[in-house]
Amino acid sequence: MDRSISPGGGGRGARPTAHELARYEALFATRTRGMKSSAMRDMMALTERSDVISLAGGLPDTSTFPAELYAKLMSEVAASDTARALQYGPTEGLHSTVDCIVQVMAAEGTSIDPGEVIVTTGGQQVIDLVCKTLIDPGDVIVAEAPTYPGAVPTFSAYQAQVEQIEMDSDGMPIDELERVLDRLQSEGRRPKFIYTIPNFQNPGGVTMSLPRRRRLVEVAHERELLILEDNPYGLLRYEGEALPTLHSLDAEIGGRGGAADLVIYLGTFSKILSPGVRLGWAVAPRPVLEKLNLGKQGADLCSSPVTQMFVAEYFQERARDGRPLWLAYVEELRELYKRRRDVMVGALREHFGETAHWTHPEGGLFVWATLDGRIDTTDLLAQAREKEGVAFVPGRSAYMDGRRGSSSMRLNFAGVPDEDIREGIARIARTLEPDAGLLGTLLGGAASRAGAPPAEEREQAAPEPGLADVVELPRREQGARRRSQDR
Amino acid sequence: MTADKRVVAVLKGGGSLERTVSLRSGARAEAALRRLGHEVVAIDAGQDMLERLLETKPDVAFVALHGRDGEDGTVQSLLEAIDLPYTGSDPGACMRCTDKALAKYLMREAGVPTPEWSTFKESAVKDLGVAAALPEIGAKLGFPMVVKPASQGSALGVKFAREAEELPGAIVGALSYHSKVLLERYVQGRDLAVSVLDGEPGAEPVALPVIEAIPRDEEFYNYESRYEIGMTTFVCPAELPDGVTERAQELARRVYALLGCHGFARVDLLLDAASGELTVLETNVVPGLTETSLLPMAADASELFFDELIARMLDSAFTR
Repeated sequence: MDRSISPGGGGRGARPTAHELARYEALFATRTRGMKSSAMRDMMALTERSDVISLAGGLPDTSTFPAELYAKLMSEVAASDTARALQYGPTEGLHSTVDCIVQVMAAEGTSIDPGEVIVTTGGQQVIDLVCKTLIDPGDVIVAEAPTYPGAVPTFSAYQAQVEQIEMDSDGMPIDELERVLDRLQSEGRRPKFIYTIPNFQNPGGVTMSLPRRRRLVEVAHERELLILEDNPYGLLRYEGEALPTLHSLDAEIGGRGGAADLVIYLGTFSKILSPGVRLGWAVAPRPVLEKLNLGKQGADLCSSPVTQMFVAEYFQERARDGRPLWLAYVEELRELYKRRRDVMVGALREHFGETAHWTHPEGGLFVWATLDGRIDTTDLLAQAREKEGVAFVPGRSAYMDGRRGSSSMRLNFAGVPDEDIREGIARIARTLEPDAGLLGTLLGGAASRAGAPPAEEREQAAPEPGLADVVELPRREQGARRRSQDR
Repeated sequence: MTADKRVVAVLKGGGSLERTVSLRSGARAEAALRRLGHEVVAIDAGQDMLERLLETKPDVAFVALHGRDGEDGTVQSLLEAIDLPYTGSDPGACMRCTDKALAKYLMREAGVPTPEWSTFKESAVKDLGVAAALPEIGAKLGFPMVVKPASQGSALGVKFAREAEELPGAIVGALSYHSKVLLERYVQGRDLAVSVLDGEPGAEPVALPVIEAIPRDEEFYNYESRYEIGMTTFVCPAELPDGVTERAQELARRVYALLGCHGFARVDLLLDAASGELTVLETNVVPGLTETSLLPMAADASELFFDELIARMLDSAFTR
C-alpha cells in the first residue's frame, strides 16, 4: 500500500499518532481557537514596503516631537533617578505618573480620585485586563459596529461573544442597544460590559452625542452593566464643542459621592504624546481596580518605570507662554491633524466622487469611507498595494464576523504627510475606477434582470458605465503620473 | 543522493499575497536542510534574487515560494535560464496547475471528474458583454456558486455568491487578484487533500494518506480556515467509506501524471455528499511546509518525517 512509502522513519520508534500540529494542538487552550491569523492580516503585513503609502496605520505623528526635548528629558531622568528608573515599580504605577494622568483627565473636564487609577502598558492592556477580569467564555460584550480592530483579537482570545451595534452619525443608538440587551436577556445570555469609543470613534470617526451619553450611563445603571469607555482621542478635538466623558456623567448621575460607579475609563499617552512610551491607564471603581491590579501583576508586574518617569519629567515642562508644555503640544497636534483631515476630506471629495460616502470627524485620527456595497475593500486592498502602492484597513477587520463592513475602509490621516494623503487617496481612486467600471458593465446585463438593486444603489450605479472609459487609461501613463509626483 | 552535502538556495517570501506563509515554509525547510548537513543560502525573493543566485552559485534551488511567480512557473523558468537545478515541477506543469481553469479543461478532457465551471477574463467583461451570459451561467451552475480567481492559492478573493445579485461583486472581487475568474458549482461534501510524491527512480509516484479538513462552525466552508491552526480539524488518515481512500489516491496520482507534476504536489478533492463521488478541485505544485501544512502532515502519517520529506523534495531537483 502507498501508505508504507518510506522505510526511513526508523529511529523515531512508533508511528506518531498525529502530525506535529495536532500534537501541539492537543496542548493548546480552547481559547486559542479564537486567536487566528488570517489571510487578510498576512496581506496587511505586505503593505509595510517603502514604496507603499500607508493610510492603514493607527499612528499619531511622532515626528513633530523635538528630539532635543526627548534627549533632555531622558538625561534628566538619568541624572536624577537612574536606580529607580531601572528598578521594578509598583503595579498601579508611579505617583508622579498618576499625577500626570489626573492632569490629562482634568483637561477633559473629568476629575478623578488618584487612588482609582492604574497605569498600564498602553491602552490596549486595559482592554485585555478588563476582559481578563470580567469575561468567562461565552459572556457577552456589546460593542459598536464597526469597532476598534485591535479589540477584536482580545475579545476573541477571552472567548467573548460580541454583539455589535451599528452606529449612525451620533454614535451608538441607545434604543437599539436596549433592544439588544432585552433580546440577550430573553435568550438567557449575560452581557458583562459595553465597549464604546465615544469620541471620534476608531474606525468610524463619529462621536456619541450628549443625550446618548447620558442615556447610555442610565441604561448601565438600570441594568447593572459596566461600560468600558475607551477614550484615546478625546483631547484631539479640533472643532465643535467638547462633550463630557461617560466617566464624569456616571459620577454626576449615579455616582458614589462624585466618583464613577459603572464606568471603567481607558486613557492613553499614545495619541497625546507617544505610543512608544507604551503607557495608558484605567480609572475604575475600586473593586474592579483591585482585580485589574491582580491581573496586571500576572501579566507584567508593572509598566516601565523608565517611560513613566519620562512622562512625569515631560509634564513638568512649561511652554514659553507658561502653559504646560504637554498641553501646548496637544494644541500643536490638533492643528496639524485638523489640516490633515481637511486634506483627506478634500482629496476624497475630489477623487471618490458620488459613489462613496465618508465620515467627517471633528477630532481623532481616522476617516471611515464606504464605497458601493458590491466593492469588497479587502479585494481592493490586494490590488491597491500591488498596482498603485497604497494601503488602508479593510472594513471587515472592524467586525467580529469578518464579513460585514466589506465595502468600507479606515483611513488614517494623522500620521501621514499632506502630500501622501492626497496621493494615497488618488491611488485608491485609481484602483477603484476599473472595478467600478467592471461592476457597472456587469450590472448593465444580468444582475439588473435577475433582480434590480435597491434605488439607492441604482443611483450610485448610474454613472458607472461612463467610468468604463477610465478603464482604457493606459497603465503606463498612470505609472508616469505617479512617478512625477514622487518626491 | 541525499548523502551529498550541497549548497542549497532556499527561495522564499517574495511579493505574493502568500508571502507570510512562504516565509514560514522557507524557514522550516532551511532548518531541515541544515540538519541534513547542507549549506543553506536563504533568499527572500526580490529584485536581487537572480543576482544573489549568480553570486552565491548554489548547487540547487529549493523553491518555497507560494503563489504568484513561485508557483506559476515564472521562477522555475528563470532557474532553467541560469541552469540551476530546482525542486518540484517544471514551468509547464506549474502553469497547468496554477491556472485552475486550464487544469480543469485538461482534467475534463482526460475524464477526471471536476465540478462544473465557467471561466472568463476581465477583458470579456469589458469587451464581450459577459453580463448577458450570467443568468445562463447561474442556471447551469446553480447557487450558491463558488467564485474565485483562476490563479491564486491564498484564501483571498474566494467568495460564495448565494444568489444572482451577488455575482457581479464576487466577480469583481476575484478579478482583483487575477485577470481570469473561475465560477464553479458548489459541491457540498467532505474536503480531502492527497499529497503525491515521486517514488524511487523508475517507480510510480506514490500517494500519501488522505487528509480530511473539517471546518468548525462555518455556514459554508471558509477557505481561510484551511490555513489556520484551530479553525479546522484535520484527520489523517481520513476515515472514509470503503474504497474511497484508494479511489482518492488513485485519482490524485492520475491528476499528478496528467498535469505533468514532478517531485511532489498536493491535490485537493471533494467527496460529494449527495452522490458519494470524488471530484478534483485543484492541484498545488508548491504545497506549504508550515506547522499547519498538509503535505508534511500526510508525510508524517506515513512515517516520512519532516527532514526526510525535505530530503526527498531536494532529490527531485536531480531526477528530472
